[in-house]
Amino acid sequence: MKKLFCMILAAAMVLAAGCSSGSEPASSAVPASGPALEPASSEEASEAAAGEPVELMVSAAASLTDCLTEMKALYEAENEGVTLTFNFGASGALQQQIEQGAPADVFFSAGKKQMTALSEAGLMNDATVKDILENKVVLIVPAGGEKIESFEALADTSITQIGVGEPSSVPVGQYTEEAFANLGLTDKLKDKLVFAKDVREVLSWVETQNVQAGIVYETDAKISDKVEICCAAPEGSHKKVIYPVGVTRDSTAPDAAKAFVDYLFGDEAKDLFVKYGFSPVS
Amino acid sequence: MGSFDLAPLWISLRTSVLAAVLVFFFGVLFARLLLYANGPVKWLTDVLFTLPLVLPPTVVGFFLLVVFGRNSPIGRFLGGLDISLVFSWQATVLAAVVVSFPLMYRAAKGALEQVPVDLVWAARTLGMPESRIFLRVMVPQAWPGIAAGAALSFARALGEFGATMMIAGNIPGRTQTMPVAIYFATAGGHMDAAAIWVAIITVVSCIVLGLMNYYNGRQTVKNAAGGGI
Repeated sequence: MKKLFCMILAAAMVLAAGCSSGSEPASSAVPASGPALEPASSEEASEAAAGEPVELMVSAAASLTDCLTEMKALYEAENEGVTLTFNFGASGALQQQIEQGAPADVFFSAGKKQMTALSEAGLMNDATVKDILENKVVLIVPAGGEKIESFEALADTSITQIGVGEPSSVPVGQYTEEAFANLGLTDKLKDKLVFAKDVREVLSWVETQNVQAGIVYETDAKISDKVEICCAAPEGSHKKVIYPVGVTRDSTAPDAAKAFVDYLFGDEAKDLFVKYGFSPVS
Repeated sequence: MGSFDLAPLWISLRTSVLAAVLVFFFGVLFARLLLYANGPVKWLTDVLFTLPLVLPPTVVGFFLLVVFGRNSPIGRFLGGLDISLVFSWQATVLAAVVVSFPLMYRAAKGALEQVPVDLVWAARTLGMPESRIFLRVMVPQAWPGIAAGAALSFARALGEFGATMMIAGNIPGRTQTMPVAIYFATAGGHMDAAAIWVAIITVVSCIVLGLMNYYNGRQTVKNAAGGGI
């Protein structure tokens, strides 16, 4: 029994070492594989230049889901050999993943706080980090339902559940918290808030009427025909919504990643962003 | 960072204790009701009652949303009574009950099946009604196994995350249980807070599992001794 247990434990450790050396070259459990992987990554970069197949992992904010998914087909058609894999989620969660070693090549955040945190931790290629888009924060209700005239009207007793992003990890939640604070609504709305793990969850709650109102980006509201925009957050009630994008320091295909980021600032990408309601940073 | 908010602990405890109590009664009850079942009834109920155990919690969450969500028949009926189940603390209990019921049911059923038939028949020849036999003969005999099942269900209810997130959401102070608090603390970068919750849950789970092993050991002894009175 003891022998069997030791064998299973040993097998599990071998498996764990194998898995970690595959995804985290910097912190591999077996030192010998560390240096062996570095030449491979520069090989990959020059392979990208030579047109060999490259896979780019882009960690992007949930609000960019539809826009970037449409962009994927366009970009891959024009850049043979490059495959884009998107990892959509709340920017805070994505930031955490990158801090813990997730193999993202590009980080496209919905908030500057997350990008700054990664830059300060030395995990971004700072030369490639630039602000790219702006967005607006709006109040939405289920389509066909009673409209709410303003953010202040949320304090009314008839409103019992408001969906918002969780402030620590979801940028739209931060802007919401800021707007409520500047409008003096924090205490009045405290007991009505339901925190979502990303902006699309808030959208889904309003669509299914599980909450009476939600606060999302204008671009998210436009995607769905089951919600109606009531009003935007008052001018100046929160910091400007700015989306930065950049290449990560540990990207295994930095040249291909930089090429993709350059494409995002080009005209074709700009038209697509505008189509979905984003405003390119002037 | 301010004072550490202990709300998730109380919410988790309230949810798990309530769920464990509910599951205890229903689990033992259904185990007894189906003890002598045969054929398709036995097969169907067995599968149905065990299903939440093997399905991913997200599937359980999906079904609960569809059945109790605001747009469902039940949801609309409750809405008419001004009751909203989704995003309420009662929803955390509902999710916990659904995922931990299979554990209690199977443990109770297994324990009741181990009760020596001789004892049951002896009681019957003495004219005891079935309900008394159940309460005075079967349950005491099967008690260690049932207690082990209760401990396991409590642990499962405490650790429920996926379905809870989907139908109870994350409302600090109302539905934010410890597992949900850990998820959002980690996503928001508050690793210290997350670590505290992890430590609490781990300690509680270890204690509960210790209890479970103790009771399982007692049941084994009972079975081996032929269920001696």
